[in-house]
Amino acid sequence: MTMSTGFPWLTVLIVWPLVAAAATALTGVGRGRPAAGVTGTGRFGAGSARTVALVGALVEVALLVGAFAAFDTGDAGSHQLAETHAWIPALGASYAVGVDGVGLLLVALSVGLVPLVILAAWREQGGDHVRLRRYLATVLLLEAFMVTVFVARDVFLFYVVFEAMLIPAYFLIGGFGQGPQRRYAAVKFLLFSLAGGLVMLVGVIALYLQVPAADRGPQTFLTDNLTGLTLDPTAEKLMFCAFFLAFAIKAPMFPVHSWLPDVTQHATPGTSTLLICVLDKVGTFGMLTLCLPLFPEASRWAAPFVVVLAVISILYGAILAIGQQDVLRLIGYTSVSHFGFIILGIFTFTSLGTAGSGLMMLNHGISTGALFLIAGFAIARHPRQSQLIGDYGGLRRVAPILGGTFLVAGLSAAALPGLATFVSEIMVFLGSYARWPAAVLVAVPAVVLAAVYVLLTYQRMFTGATTPELADARDLDGREKTVAGVLVGALLVLGLVPGPVLDYVRAPGEVAVEQVGETDPPPAVEPAASSAEPVGTTTASTTGSVTEGSPL
Amino acid sequence: MNEFVAPPIDWAAVSPVLVVLAAGVLGVLLEAFVPARARRATQLTLTLAALAGSLVAVGMLWDRVQENAVSVVGGSYLLTPFGLGVQAVIGVCALLGVLVVAERTTTGQDAFAPAAAAVPGTAYEDETRRAGLQQTEIYPLMLFATGGMLLFPATDDLIVMFVALEVLSLPLYVLCATARRRRLLSQEAAFKYFVLGAFASALFVFGIALVYGFAGTVRLQGVVQVLADPVTSPLGSMTALVVVGLLLVLSGLLFKIGAAPFHAWTPDVYQGAPTPITGFMAACTKAAAIGALVRVLFTLANGLDPATRHDVEVALWSVAILTMLVGTVAGAVQTDVKRMLAYSSIAHAGFLVVGLVGMDQVGSQAVLFYLLAYGLATIGAFAVVTLVREQTVSPGSSAETRVPTGEVPDDGVVLGEATRLAQWAGLGRKAPWLTAAFSLFLLSMAGIPLTAGFVAKFGVFSAAVEAGAWPLALLGVLASAVAVFFYVRVIVLMVLTPPTDHEAAGASAGQEPATGGTDGAPAPAGSGTATLTGAATRTLVSRTVVTVVGSRGPAAFAIAVCAVGVLLLGILPAGALDLVAQAAQFRP
Repeated sequence: MTMSTGFPWLTVLIVWPLVAAAATALTGVGRGRPAAGVTGTGRFGAGSARTVALVGALVEVALLVGAFAAFDTGDAGSHQLAETHAWIPALGASYAVGVDGVGLLLVALSVGLVPLVILAAWREQGGDHVRLRRYLATVLLLEAFMVTVFVARDVFLFYVVFEAMLIPAYFLIGGFGQGPQRRYAAVKFLLFSLAGGLVMLVGVIALYLQVPAADRGPQTFLTDNLTGLTLDPTAEKLMFCAFFLAFAIKAPMFPVHSWLPDVTQHATPGTSTLLICVLDKVGTFGMLTLCLPLFPEASRWAAPFVVVLAVISILYGAILAIGQQDVLRLIGYTSVSHFGFIILGIFTFTSLGTAGSGLMMLNHGISTGALFLIAGFAIARHPRQSQLIGDYGGLRRVAPILGGTFLVAGLSAAALPGLATFVSEIMVFLGSYARWPAAVLVAVPAVVLAAVYVLLTYQRMFTGATTPELADARDLDGREKTVAGVLVGALLVLGLVPGPVLDYVRAPGEVAVEQVGETDPPPAVEPAASSAEPVGTTTASTTGSVTEGSPL
Repeated sequence: MNEFVAPPIDWAAVSPVLVVLAAGVLGVLLEAFVPARARRATQLTLTLAALAGSLVAVGMLWDRVQENAVSVVGGSYLLTPFGLGVQAVIGVCALLGVLVVAERTTTGQDAFAPAAAAVPGTAYEDETRRAGLQQTEIYPLMLFATGGMLLFPATDDLIVMFVALEVLSLPLYVLCATARRRRLLSQEAAFKYFVLGAFASALFVFGIALVYGFAGTVRLQGVVQVLADPVTSPLGSMTALVVVGLLLVLSGLLFKIGAAPFHAWTPDVYQGAPTPITGFMAACTKAAAIGALVRVLFTLANGLDPATRHDVEVALWSVAILTMLVGTVAGAVQTDVKRMLAYSSIAHAGFLVVGLVGMDQVGSQAVLFYLLAYGLATIGAFAVVTLVREQTVSPGSSAETRVPTGEVPDDGVVLGEATRLAQWAGLGRKAPWLTAAFSLFLLSMAGIPLTAGFVAKFGVFSAAVEAGAWPLALLGVLASAVAVFFYVRVIVLMVLTPPTDHEAAGASAGQEPATGGTDGAPAPAGSGTATLTGAATRTLVSRTVVTVVGSRGPAAFAIAVCAVGVLLLGILPAGALDLVAQAAQFRP
């Protein structure tokens, strides 16, 4: 089975952010204590923490490039860079890591977004360097958890990290967010997530006990060992539900999504970026890599219900987004819609749809991250830091780059051809049409709705006469241009040359379909499928996708 | 007449208990012979040495007991691996508990009344306080209680078990009454504990009587033999006797654990007792009583026929469900930190019983680990409570001379503990490390992964699911979710909420609730608070602020050990789980 070969890239990717977080947290400690009565002395020490954090995050990106180099794209469907060490033998839990193509892309998304979030937060927290230092240290701590959860190949390890990462996320929302309601939002987030997570815990335990007692050993919890068990059908369905509930809350999917808009409204844009664009992907990633292979029968059984809920999410999220007054809340609802697409793709059980979902997880992360961060730049320009769309107007005249990048990010969210999300969304649609044509027909109008919410928002915030409050607003400075530029560049590259990245998701998609025991529905769609990936398939090169996945 | 022949006694096996009890006796003598000023140091040294010695004895016995349970005097003292494991947990928790008890903080006062016998509010009481007396009998009392606890799970004889129950309970009743402050509350707590405890003891004894009537013996092994072969006892066919007897004995034990419906004393006693004693009592008594419960339950229930055994299981299920519900639901509405921790301890009792319903080895293993995880978090949490105090703002001092946040004004007198939850708001600014430790303990109690509490909960719920009690596990999980709510509420209060009382009147402090330390700029805020607090202090003579007193070492050390332990058991529990697995080779 898996064993450690060569350099432990994934462990290094997990440990380094912890080191960076510690270094950030300790920078300037002892110098910056305001207790001395002189606040000025603290500036230097705590102020350089952000530099430490940024350098740490960039080193992590460099390490990621190494991991990509060590990853064999030709075999993207299997888990590579694997390491397995004993952890808690008495419980059957091991420290086992490894990535397939989709996992690696999500690791890249996490690692790539963190330096941008750090850059975007450069002047946040009201110029309070001690607070900023804590914020950045927490972000780096969260990064370590995020990487771990995407590479975990042991159900117990996955669960532990899945739950433990709530704590830093909780502090990011409640401790550093905006407005008096942020604590409420943080508690709501925590309770929703924990409720799902604890139900999943029962599922994890039940799954463990499905292994015949004689076969239980120190490595029982390895995902590979739990795959392909012969399960009692009822138990399998119950366990599927336990897992799926946790993932649906995390994702967030229609009936259990209500924590998300509150969080995006009250967290800082950087926190929302990490939370929605990366952390929530754990939900869909978990469906793909745990629900499908561990409970194939139950997945097929549940697919119709899930598809219906996914379609409701798609439409409901889009419709509610149109009605929002708060720009960050609006972006939150668009994510509900997009997560609906991802879940729809996963539960089509076609290699095209599943691969499309894998790609969409990456694309959604980049485009929504861009929306959050650029909207954050706009909010920072407002004298009252208002998040209400109605308080803006004509920002494009005074800040054209801000307006332009926001538009590109928004259009990508609306799946305009040529931009990243289009490729993945069309893959999901084509893949789904082969199995659930009705669902696709119902969901397609969401594309129009997406155009409506993006363009309406753009129109209200950026066009028309400039609001007096914003007359003095400056355009993006160099730091902000870097952040926006990298994200918009990634969107364009992924939209125009999706081929290299497709190499990472195609094989895992096929594996997932195979694991769930389905086959691609054959004929009619075949030509459509191949036409879905028209560009760039011949220019597959590993290095190309490295730069896309890790935008710095 | 036969000549009395002294039975051969395996002194080594009894040594963990003997060391502690002998040190207790010695401690009483020391009270009489050692001069007052050296008494505390002597007693403390003796206590710590005795507990450490007991732990060493446990360690030396470990391998030997693995091979064979040691029976002394025909089972009056029976050392099974599980009993030894419980003794180890009790030893560790007692050692940490004593450290917290010994803490005198920078105020120079410990948590105990100068003379517990003085009637509260009398001139005599003032006199003792002025004379700077101290009640060093605390230490021998703790040793006696610990001795009883160590004996409790390590006997096969119900009468010896009853004696152990009393030996551990009586000193605790006294200790509960010795709080330095809020003495009436403390004495009320002791009285409640005593009355209800005596009632529980009566149930216990009555249960023993019924079991004896059934089997003609009080040895558990003997009872099991009669169960297997009823003709050996005149009433051997009346299984109902043993079932009722067993349930009564269980009631007595469940009382000590604080499981519903025998939980009513817990919040009052936990609140009224001196906080270091609460921590000691919560951790160690629960471990000892669970040890005894496992001993009785697993031995007897496994001897019952399936139908009768089912009756006992129904009782356990009811207790588990009720306890979890009471603990979490009532815990969620508490406004006093000690009462909240008390209800949390009731909820934990429920989780422990969930782990026991299978009455098998997996369950005892899970429960043992749970006891350790719970003990560390509990002692640590109560130790933190001892350091968070109220402090007077003397009416004469103007607000300008007072530093509004974080700093301890020189002219204030440090009073008792600030146990109202609202007072804990913004504690993170005053004492970031203490807050971090307390948050860690709460997270562990909530069962968040990477803390000991998670591994512990995982263990008991696994054991329940494996025993087919998955509804209990599901309920337990949901109860955990509710419990998380009130633990997190406290963390929110400490870390994210600005101080609510007049300390926070400074506008600048109110706007920037930070997540940790003291990063607001305190100096300029003083002028803002001047009028507000100045006026307020003049009208109200006894205004207090919340302050954190410094530890002189022992409590800080105990908190640090507990925090490290909680983290270590959460991240790398493999070693501890192996030990627990060895200890859980429970042989009836």
